[in-house]
Amino acid sequence: MKRWLPFAAFCVLLVFLYVGLFRDPREVPSPFIGRPAPAFVLPVVERPGATFSPEQARGRSWLLNVWAPWCTTCQKEHLFLMQVAATGVPVYGLNWKDQDREATAMLARMGNPYVLNADDRDGRVGIDWGVTGVPETFVIDAEGIIRMKHSGPINERIWKRKFLPLLQAIDS
Amino acid sequence: MIPELGQVALVIALVLALVQGSLPLIGAQRGSATLMAVAGPASYGQLAFVLLAFAALGYAFAVNDFSVKNVAHNSFSELPLAYRLTATWGSHEGSMLLWVVILAAWTSAVTVFGRRLPLAVSARVVGVLGLVSVGFLAFVLFTSNPFVRLFPAPLDGADLNPLLQDAGMILHPPMLYMGYVGFSVAFAFAIAALLGRRLDAAWARWARPWTTAAWVFLTIGIALGSWWAYRELGWGGWWFWDPTENASLMPWLAGTALVHSLAVTEKRGHFVSWTLFLSITVFSFSLLGTFLIRSGVLSSVHAFANDPARGMFILSFLGVVIGGSLLLYAWRFPRVPKVATFGWLSRESLVLGNNVLLIAALGTVMLGTLYPLFLDVLGLGKVSVGPPYFNAVFVPLMAPLLFLMGVGPLARWRETSLPGLAVRLRWAFGVAAALALILPLLYGGLRPMVSLGLFLALWIFASVIIGVSERLKGLGWAVGRLPRGFVGMQLAHTGIAVVVVGITLVSGYESERDVRMDVGEYVDLAGYRFAFRGATAETGPNYVADRGVVEVTRVGGTGPTLTLYPEKRKYNASGMAMTEAALRSGAFGDLYVSLGDYLGGQAWSLRVYYKPFVGWLWAGAFLMALGGALAASDRRYRLAAERAGPRGAPAVGMGAAEAKG
Repeated sequence: MKRWLPFAAFCVLLVFLYVGLFRDPREVPSPFIGRPAPAFVLPVVERPGATFSPEQARGRSWLLNVWAPWCTTCQKEHLFLMQVAATGVPVYGLNWKDQDREATAMLARMGNPYVLNADDRDGRVGIDWGVTGVPETFVIDAEGIIRMKHSGPINERIWKRKFLPLLQAIDS
Repeated sequence: MIPELGQVALVIALVLALVQGSLPLIGAQRGSATLMAVAGPASYGQLAFVLLAFAALGYAFAVNDFSVKNVAHNSFSELPLAYRLTATWGSHEGSMLLWVVILAAWTSAVTVFGRRLPLAVSARVVGVLGLVSVGFLAFVLFTSNPFVRLFPAPLDGADLNPLLQDAGMILHPPMLYMGYVGFSVAFAFAIAALLGRRLDAAWARWARPWTTAAWVFLTIGIALGSWWAYRELGWGGWWFWDPTENASLMPWLAGTALVHSLAVTEKRGHFVSWTLFLSITVFSFSLLGTFLIRSGVLSSVHAFANDPARGMFILSFLGVVIGGSLLLYAWRFPRVPKVATFGWLSRESLVLGNNVLLIAALGTVMLGTLYPLFLDVLGLGKVSVGPPYFNAVFVPLMAPLLFLMGVGPLARWRETSLPGLAVRLRWAFGVAAALALILPLLYGGLRPMVSLGLFLALWIFASVIIGVSERLKGLGWAVGRLPRGFVGMQLAHTGIAVVVVGITLVSGYESERDVRMDVGEYVDLAGYRFAFRGATAETGPNYVADRGVVEVTRVGGTGPTLTLYPEKRKYNASGMAMTEAALRSGAFGDLYVSLGDYLGGQAWSLRVYYKPFVGWLWAGAFLMALGGALAASDRRYRLAAERAGPRGAPAVGMGAAEAKG
């Protein structure tokens, strides 16, 4: 019987690997889910002198995309965000720790999918929101409650699997 | 046009791999020499076409063809040519193409050097390798095509990850893959033996040099990876128990066990089914490592290109290859009649001890690596397993293993008397124990772990000296007549001892300071004075940098002044910041400085380290590899290949048993 043991053990391992394939190891449950979005007032990158706070986005569900010009993954995600914005979903940007103020130049070069960008230069708002790295994206509903947080870039697959069903559910 | 040619070449290679994976195996089963003869030409043809594809990709990188997606994502017009070429395998797609190239190269090598093997054996081996190649070529073509075009083509690329822009990265992946893929040859020999029911010592003798060669490459690959991390990650660590590192350590541990059990199978005909199982295991861990890194099942600092479609493909492939092999193994489980037994203390029993400890170590590494995944899948929460776990379980397994290493090579086959062994090793034990207590006192203070590590290393050194001198005495001190296999083994064991010295001393006595320094200020560390002379702006080919100037002298002012230039780079394309540490390596320790943050005025934060004997880590790994290379080139393998059959030692022939029944 012991000759079959390696095969049996391997089959068990295979099951674990298979299930693990559809899990995101970086997905840490955020304690903010189901809580009101932490408040802040930050200058708007695109309009000098203007400020933004989450209150202003109330009334329909929206995304807060945390990004930074120095983050290469964000640049790859950027192209997809352009598509998302084109479908009419409001995407707000949190321009995180951009000490060199490169966001404006980058958005001019690559296109701007954002309704507007809040300038979190020292990353303090990021701390309030539990941001651990960029890119990260929050889904906030019409009442200002955080419904989901996604760590890492969004692509078409993740959008269809995680974002679209949720957005449809909370908007209906 | 050129990328399309590469694409076509890959398709042709896949067709050839299909031929190579089918006809020779059918031929071997039916006894058709014509079909078996297809193996050679098919493998050469496959090598030619995958090389062509690889050259096409390299060309696209060399001429900055940003219409190729892979080039656009991983290269940059300002990137120096050397790095543009290495960027060919810096991406997921390119590295899988490299994998296929190396597999084809190993296969062709088997075809060339295996000409004297029985036709059915070489046809089966090449056939099995062909099947493995089918899987990987299909993977490249269907999920990771490196030749996909971008439209419209970007004006410039996104640049190669700055972490990979380093000399260590030029050679690390090819060496690692040479090791991973090389174990496919040992695997193919095992499968061929199971298919042909030829489970005797001859099989072990044929597989042995190939296994050792693969082990040599994997050893070099791991050492280069560690060397790269040491210099490039900026905090002077050399091993992080990161899933990616573990993915390469696991096949290495299994491979080391295999190298030893193959020796017993070849010489004594023991452990046949165990050695077969290990051959399958080692390659399985190579594949598992690929799966873990490429699928994104585990998060890691440097896992790149995560994609479930790819993961699904590799997982299915894993299921077919490993599952199929283990089924075949269970089905053809060799029933070896017990011919000779061995005593409780003999070289056989000591190798058995070696194997048990290595496999236990493998188990702990695997558990630690997969534990977060297991818990997550079972819904028991998210955890991460870090260095404390690995250090706590790995060290207690390594200590007895190292102790046995001092005894094993001196023990005789079949039966060794304990008193006799004790007499031969008496002074080795005494000298090692005494020095392990005295040296730390002279160096920097007594510490239990340092003494333990030094004792084990000195114990192995002494045992090597005893082993070599006893053997030389028998040969009348004719050094030239020492067999290469023997010299190789002793050299590899010496290498392990050297590595142990390095790990022990750097862990026990390294010192570091994290300081704010203004121009003209200094900090003293381990007898050296590090004086900060300011930082200047520099421009590199594809980055701008702040370059610190640090002058190092001996405290007390004697000796020459040494200037180190640690840099903090910012890469133009990605904007990524990188710390480029400056270090001065010496035989007895490294001085290591890395530039931290700018603190205003002319002040910077600096981190200075003194790392005693850290270089011994890589020197030892080099000795191990050299030893392995010597052992693999022992002339008796060539003789054995010429005779194409077992000789001398009692061969346990399943073939004969089958023929009778």
